[in-house]
Amino acid sequence: MGDTRSAAPALLRCIEVDTDVADVSVTRGLQLNVQAGQCWCILGRNGSGKTTLLHTLAGLRRPAAGRIELDGKPLEEQQRRRVAQRVGVLFQNQDDAFPATVLETVLQGRHPHLHSWQWESAADHALARQALSKVGLTGFEGRDIQTLSGGERQRVAVATLLTQQPRLLLLDEPTNHLDLHHQLSVLRTLLALCREHRRAIVMVLHDVNLAARFADHVLLLLGGGEVRLGEKRQIMETAVLEALYGHPLVRVATPAGPAWLPG
Amino acid sequence: MTALSRIPPVTLLLGLAGLALLATWFSLDTGSATITVAEALRDPATPEARILWQLRLPRTLSAFVTGALLGLAGALMQVLLRNPLADPYVLGVSGGASVGALLALLLGAGAFWVPCWAFSGALFSTLLVFSLAHGRGSWDTTRLLLTGVVLASGWGALISLLLAVSPAAQIQGMLFWLMGDLSYAQLPAVGGAVLVLLAATALRFSSALNLMGGGALHAAALGVQVTRMRILIYVSASLATAVAVTQAGNIGFIGLLAPHMLRLGGGRDYRVLVPGVTLLGGTLLLLADALARSVIAPRQLPVGVLTALIGIPLFLFLLYRSRISRHG
Repeated sequence: MGDTRSAAPALLRCIEVDTDVADVSVTRGLQLNVQAGQCWCILGRNGSGKTTLLHTLAGLRRPAAGRIELDGKPLEEQQRRRVAQRVGVLFQNQDDAFPATVLETVLQGRHPHLHSWQWESAADHALARQALSKVGLTGFEGRDIQTLSGGERQRVAVATLLTQQPRLLLLDEPTNHLDLHHQLSVLRTLLALCREHRRAIVMVLHDVNLAARFADHVLLLLGGGEVRLGEKRQIMETAVLEALYGHPLVRVATPAGPAWLPG
Repeated sequence: MTALSRIPPVTLLLGLAGLALLATWFSLDTGSATITVAEALRDPATPEARILWQLRLPRTLSAFVTGALLGLAGALMQVLLRNPLADPYVLGVSGGASVGALLALLLGAGAFWVPCWAFSGALFSTLLVFSLAHGRGSWDTTRLLLTGVVLASGWGALISLLLAVSPAAQIQGMLFWLMGDLSYAQLPAVGGAVLVLLAATALRFSSALNLMGGGALHAAALGVQVTRMRILIYVSASLATAVAVTQAGNIGFIGLLAPHMLRLGGGRDYRVLVPGVTLLGGTLLLLADALARSVIAPRQLPVGVLTALIGIPLFLFLLYRSRISRHG
């Protein structure tokens, strides 16, 4: 695992991190370095704790043991607002209790950057509109979020995240509810951020082929706290993936790289 | 569903402030003695003018402060429980405060202790609703309302018990007070101070309140210290309810009406909703009280009866509509 020993400073670093959910051990002694410009994908079976691990990396739940550092400082000692200026999270589902317009919701991404008495500036509005156009929702600004379809609501959440402008993006199934076209378009937008603006991404995906196409690093949750991680080319082998999902797979070569079909 | 209204915040708030001033004027002019503000200003020494300054003015201010506190309590509970149907009266929090206050009265506690007891009752009720109605991760409407209803009827039974053991001389006053009444209201110095403090606190954290509407994780991910914020909302909402109840008894539905009307009018952002609900809650109770004084004058209706008559149909309509939007 060359990454953990590389000289570049890590944006997010896990040192001997143990995580559990209910009685399931998710990671034991996890050593992870996420650097600017990297795109990590977490793969694992249902209930293996992918979301739990992602929330732990976001500082939304405490690890059972070990330490997580953001920019070289312990995550849990940093102010929530300061963390949110640098780390953004996309959740699996959005739950809106009150009516709000799409634009109001997207502008919430600016919250960590504003003081409590401060209103969003024209520049913040411009950022929000730009984000909406990136996810193909121009013209939706005044719509009530409670009337959106699942896929539209998911893209609003992506736009909120883009407006937040974090350096580390933690995404829990970013393709949730999205049709094929928008799955690719959203992942491309996010990956462009990663490549061109040196942001880092850690995302949970269910689709091995999307992971193979977009990630450059993968982290496999094998169950019982066992983890395999590293560069995609070294980890994503047919035998490894078969063991991960407990299902035979057939590798196919496509113009966009290798893909796997259930055997 | 219809498009959301987008009235500019400044227009909305100025409009509400204007409305509050007009309502104050109307309330001061209304009553069994025929005296208007204009006359009382011209000649402040007449007996009629004294009625206006010494009776109507304290009552008017008291109605405004009570309504504002109830509106604020409603808006805060709605964000705490993430449900637009939450209201201190519906959830039994007012009932808890009433039991506290009645107990204090019955035990002959001093004027200082009545609000303290009411506050404890409100805190205890909110805590009960908060912990019992908490389903898996969020507060679903059915559990929330069921808990509130059961709690409210529990408090109702306790109130009956307290009334049954109270000396006959006290009962008339207690009953009237329970129905929500502003007749004995005095200049609301403490209530006003509490209102200013709570409204300022809520305004200070209003953008965090917006995020809390999207859920605890969403808020935390965008930099809100959720636990601290929840405790703050919980204590503020209980305090507002307790002070309102000690001032004017059990008045329902202002906490439901005011935030709902504001959201319809475009005040969805808590930075607008907090000041807006304070102005509108105050205005609504002022108008209701002026009506209660004049509908069957010279007799007076308890104002709580009026707010319930207006509030209950709205509540049922909201419940009906939330059912449609869930399944539609």
